[in-house]
Amino acid sequence: MKRDLILRVVAKVFLPFLLMFALYVQFHGDFGPGGGFQAGVIIAAAVVFYALIYGLANARRVVPERLVEAMMAAGVLLYMGVGFAGLLLGGNFLDYFVLDRDSVVGQHRGIFWIEAGVAITVSGVMLKIFYMFADRGRIDE
Amino acid sequence: MVGHFSYAVTIFLMIAGLFIVIARGNLIKKLVGLGIFQTSVYLLYVAPGKLVGGTAPIVSEAFDVYSNPLPHVLILTAIVVGVATLAVGLALVVRIREAYGSIEEDEILAGDDEDGSAEQR
Amino acid sequence: MIINVLLVLMAVAVVVLARVRNLFSVIVLSGLYSFLMATVLVALDAVDVAMTEASVGAGISTVLLLGALHLCKSEEAKPVHKPWLPLAVSAACGLLLVYGTLGLPAFSDPGAPIHTHVAPRYLQDGPRETGIPNVVTAVLASYRGYDTLGEVTVVFTAGAGVVALLRRRRARKEQPK
Repeated sequence: MKRDLILRVVAKVFLPFLLMFALYVQFHGDFGPGGGFQAGVIIAAAVVFYALIYGLANARRVVPERLVEAMMAAGVLLYMGVGFAGLLLGGNFLDYFVLDRDSVVGQHRGIFWIEAGVAITVSGVMLKIFYMFADRGRIDE
Repeated sequence: MVGHFSYAVTIFLMIAGLFIVIARGNLIKKLVGLGIFQTSVYLLYVAPGKLVGGTAPIVSEAFDVYSNPLPHVLILTAIVVGVATLAVGLALVVRIREAYGSIEEDEILAGDDEDGSAEQR
Repeated sequence: MIINVLLVLMAVAVVVLARVRNLFSVIVLSGLYSFLMATVLVALDAVDVAMTEASVGAGISTVLLLGALHLCKSEEAKPVHKPWLPLAVSAACGLLLVYGTLGLPAFSDPGAPIHTHVAPRYLQDGPRETGIPNVVTAVLASYRGYDTLGEVTVVFTAGAGVVALLRRRRARKEQPK
């Protein structure tokens, strides 16, 4: 599909909006529908879209395998880090009101970081699974 | 009985998914049938939480009746776990295809030796 | 109502899916079914769930199924036996479930037990305690944050499982070196 001019141009125009929409869904999840899961899936879908139009090798160059594997684990570690931060600051595991003097601001902080962790893990896992499936059918590169 | 129409369709989707899983031999179709079964369960959970005249559970001054947010939370988790199961199931199907050469249940079972181990391919 | 029409369409899609043998059609129909499900969920005021179902069920699931289909390259074989026993078992289960749902409250009954106990507390105190208007996100991330940790771990485990299953271990046999 690399040689089709319309697909390439349309993909180039669409991709920034896809990623921007993913970030909007992530951060606006407090005020409207959205949150970490949807944003992570939209980010993975954007990279899959890029891989479909420009080829798997180009997609691997833009989003390398090492980065995706690191993202898979980093999100879970971030989530548990927030949990342990609540523990270290005097509350129970995953307590948010201890993260700041004002308990509502502490809730905001906790929710922000764990939603970020969720988005990172979900996008990493979905992308890694896609890479694995797409790579299996190739005998030569 | 009109109030139970959503339950009737939920049950129909559930048994249709169950039928696809147990009656069809193709492994990918079985996984799709399992997904249909799971989706009907989402409907079973979310439908009783809806209040006619209510709105989505996003609190604002303009509304005072909201649909129940608890089933939404449970089903959000269930959807993501469902796709995780689907991904692992499909990876297993790919490996089965490489080991036995087919993804039809009958041919896979026939490809085993009498003692149950796979024939050498 | 629009919900009933969409539910009937979903039932029709599933019946066609059960009968069609071409696997590509099966996958497209499953994506269509997921989109109809997302629309029904919007009509039921479950907007978060609808967005997740549309993106995960109709988006990523279809991509994964198509990827697996490309690797398996087959079509469903003609069924050898008539499916009378599975039909009987499914119908029996369906009758049992119908008997079970007779005791459930009617659609949109404000006095149903689901609307008592914890849900009104989340709706009233949630935005005040967490500062977030979206009660679903507040419950998911704050009140039931531990469950969400388990869910993220499940997603990670699924990714690790797929990596373990599909990782290339042996050297490629077609190397002309």
